[in-house]
Amino acid sequence: MRAGELLALLGPSGSGKTTLLRIIAGLDFPDRGRIIFGGDDATRVPVQQRAVGFVFQHYALFKHLTVADNIAYGLNARRRSERPEKAEIKRRVGNLLDLIKLSGFADRYPSQLSGGQRQRIALARALAVEPRVLLLDEPFGALDAQVRKDLRRWLREIHDRTGQTTIFVTHDQDEALELSDRVAVLDRGRLEQVGTPDEVQEKPVSPLVLKFLGDTIEVEAIAQDGKVLVNGRTTPLTAPAGLTGPVKLYARPWQLQFAEADTAHLHGTVRSSYRTQGRQRIEVDRENAKTVVVEASDTARLAQGRPVGLRIVGGWVFP
Amino acid sequence: MAAPLAAPAAPPVRPRRRFRQKSVIPGFGLTLGYTLTCLGLVVLLPLAALVAKAGGLGIAGIWEVATDPRVASALRVSFGVSLLAALTASIFGGIVAWVLTRYDFPGRRLADAVVDLPFALPTAVAGIALASLYAPNGLVGAQLARIGIEAAYTPVGIFIAMVFIGLPFAVRTVQPLIGEIDKEVEEASAILGASRVATLTKVVLPPLIPAVLTGFALAFARGVGEYGSIIFIAGNLPYVSEIAPLLIVIKLSEFDYQGASAIAVIMLAISFLTLLAINLIQAWSRRRFGYV
Amino acid sequence: MSEAIAHGPASLPSPNPSPAPRDAALRPRSVVTEAGWVRAVLIGVALAFLALFLVLPLITVFAQALAKGWGAYLSAFTEPDARSAIRLTLTVAAIAVPFNLVFGVAAAWAIAKFEFRGKNLLVTLIDLPFSVSPVVSGLIYVLVFGSNGLFGAFLIQHDIQVIFAIPGIVLATIFVTFPFVARQLIPLMQEQGTSEEEAALTLGASGWHAFWTVTLPNIRWGLLYSVLLCNARAMGEFGAVSVVSGHIRGLTNTLPLHVEILYNEYNFVAAFAVASLLAGLALVTLAIKSFLEWRYADDIAAGARRH
Repeated sequence: MRAGELLALLGPSGSGKTTLLRIIAGLDFPDRGRIIFGGDDATRVPVQQRAVGFVFQHYALFKHLTVADNIAYGLNARRRSERPEKAEIKRRVGNLLDLIKLSGFADRYPSQLSGGQRQRIALARALAVEPRVLLLDEPFGALDAQVRKDLRRWLREIHDRTGQTTIFVTHDQDEALELSDRVAVLDRGRLEQVGTPDEVQEKPVSPLVLKFLGDTIEVEAIAQDGKVLVNGRTTPLTAPAGLTGPVKLYARPWQLQFAEADTAHLHGTVRSSYRTQGRQRIEVDRENAKTVVVEASDTARLAQGRPVGLRIVGGWVFP
Repeated sequence: MAAPLAAPAAPPVRPRRRFRQKSVIPGFGLTLGYTLTCLGLVVLLPLAALVAKAGGLGIAGIWEVATDPRVASALRVSFGVSLLAALTASIFGGIVAWVLTRYDFPGRRLADAVVDLPFALPTAVAGIALASLYAPNGLVGAQLARIGIEAAYTPVGIFIAMVFIGLPFAVRTVQPLIGEIDKEVEEASAILGASRVATLTKVVLPPLIPAVLTGFALAFARGVGEYGSIIFIAGNLPYVSEIAPLLIVIKLSEFDYQGASAIAVIMLAISFLTLLAINLIQAWSRRRFGYV
Repeated sequence: MSEAIAHGPASLPSPNPSPAPRDAALRPRSVVTEAGWVRAVLIGVALAFLALFLVLPLITVFAQALAKGWGAYLSAFTEPDARSAIRLTLTVAAIAVPFNLVFGVAAAWAIAKFEFRGKNLLVTLIDLPFSVSPVVSGLIYVLVFGSNGLFGAFLIQHDIQVIFAIPGIVLATIFVTFPFVARQLIPLMQEQGTSEEEAALTLGASGWHAFWTVTLPNIRWGLLYSVLLCNARAMGEFGAVSVVSGHIRGLTNTLPLHVEILYNEYNFVAAFAVASLLAGLALVTLAIKSFLEWRYADDIAAGARRH
């Protein structure tokens, strides 16, 4: 992980992303392997000395302390010799309250705040100790959709302003792709791929990453002399070197186009269609094969039961 | 508590405050009427008779009874020892509640069930058991005598009995709150650099204080009024180990109804103040932290 | 957990091949608990305290009861006074418990299912007997029904005896156990709300029918739980009953009072034998209570644990 970057840990539930985050924080312990911060081995450093900031999904604010005392908690917890002056603590809390745009709320209690406000306090509390790395565990998971959107944008702004090295866990692909500098995709405890949002979307290393990042159509294909054939017709895809024989072709719904029967790779009948945000999505039933979803521009609606041909214009090939 | 029946469609004008909100559920008149009748006959009428009887003495008369040396001494013993016992029960009850909720060890479930014993065991049974256990020739009493502590027939015995009956209150008011502590809050504290001791004193204990105070107040109120488990072990020496409830019984046997009522009213007044204190603690806690 | 995750992003700068410690003993302890020795000490303190104050007295009851063997133990129950005490205690509980059961359900229905003014005051008043000393609970009935009391003259005229007789004992017992059922049911029924009853009514059920088929099944475990505790207290009440009973052997002595008399007569074996009967009742109560709490935690939990 690079200093100053915003990394998203993305994976389905149960993939180990939260566990990994807790191991980095020092809340859980690895069976093997080590945690290294900037070249120092931190595996055996107790949580109190790891200098990480952690934001919990359910905020975990101290209910009996005011907002200001919550934010100052980490500074007050330091040994006397390392603790800043009272005035300095107050100043820093003030700055953080400005940063999270809750300046007037210093003397409120958490129970008097909304969920979004509480999560911002939790973030300020984690930032107050100037952590080496900021860890966020599904920070927007408990909030409703609109607040979530606002906070997302706001977190990105804060990150751009502070340059704080940050890892956040999410199971929401949109969130990960929108917010992060790089995305790490996890599955069942294994790290599948790390890369920029563009990299993971354009060059997924496995069908799993591909499937997790969006709707996918899976088609049987044959790799031959560097070409990929579906139902005997060539596709625009090239097979990776050394791959021949039966392969799997994966495509996104917008990588299928309607085509005349003599150029189509796939054939089927329209089962249903609906419009969404200027596009339409059509489900196509195929004989003896899985139904596929096609996304096309919002032209005339296709009648149910109508036979159609589909052309593959893009996609990925895996063994 | 959630109001299950919020007012229906908001009326255009300011609604006249009515005695009860409309509801389709039947039986309100019947059940409320029955409740009030029982409450009136069983609880309120007899208590009113007590207040009336004591009221016959006037404030001055009650004061006179209260300052009678023997009565004053009994009240001092009841309240003083109960205070100490409630304090002890709260401290150890807190430890018991913590251990039962946070640690796992063989026999935890059994220990948890045992805590309720004073609720279920009749006070007279507890009384004779404690008396025989703490008597100078009893199992524990003999050991205490060796180090120079006389338990039975002294205020120490009263203290022991009051701790016994107060303990479940101290444990059961705190225990559910300990169970509800959000572990993430403790983790948050540790991540921010606080030691375990600091986490306990700054994050875990403060929210428990209202519950501890409530448990203390309940144990205290129960101790002040307790009779059955104390009289066997106390020895009941006037001016030394005589408790206020016993003095009521003595006055009754002497047909001094007014004197008995005066002591009873004093004790009731203290109980109500305690009850009020509990309610204030809970209201404050709810306002401040959003929970009891 | 696999190698890949442990060498995850945080360790990307230097994938170190050296084997990391796997020994569980070397693992740091969880951050949300205390050091092992602190835990051991606290558990020790708690168990020692419970043993000294609660378990030891309980054992004492049975040990003393059997101090002179089974013969002496059993003979304590063949005595006519003991038998009449058992009979009286059962009679009193058989009246007081159903009374408070009906009262508790009615009160909980009125309080939990409706919104009206003065509700909090009503709840406080129902709770009142919990904060009244048992002796005072007896005293107030002497003041109402005693020969010098409020209705004293009237009762003497009609030759009705309340105090120093069974009615007084029943009344005092009802008083001290008055809040048990209501206290348990009110929060439980408030939590359950009214939607199920309303659903039953829209389906054409009568109020009674809705109560028997919807409300009662929902509260049955909480109800059983509270009746159990109410019964234990009713059979074991000492202070209040002592004041109103007059201690007439064979007539107005309940089991706890019988224990007192035997103990004061230095008849320890018999006193503890009778006490062991009550202690056995307490143990059965606790066992069923614990079972209910374990098995039907959610159906009981709403009730405040204040007795």
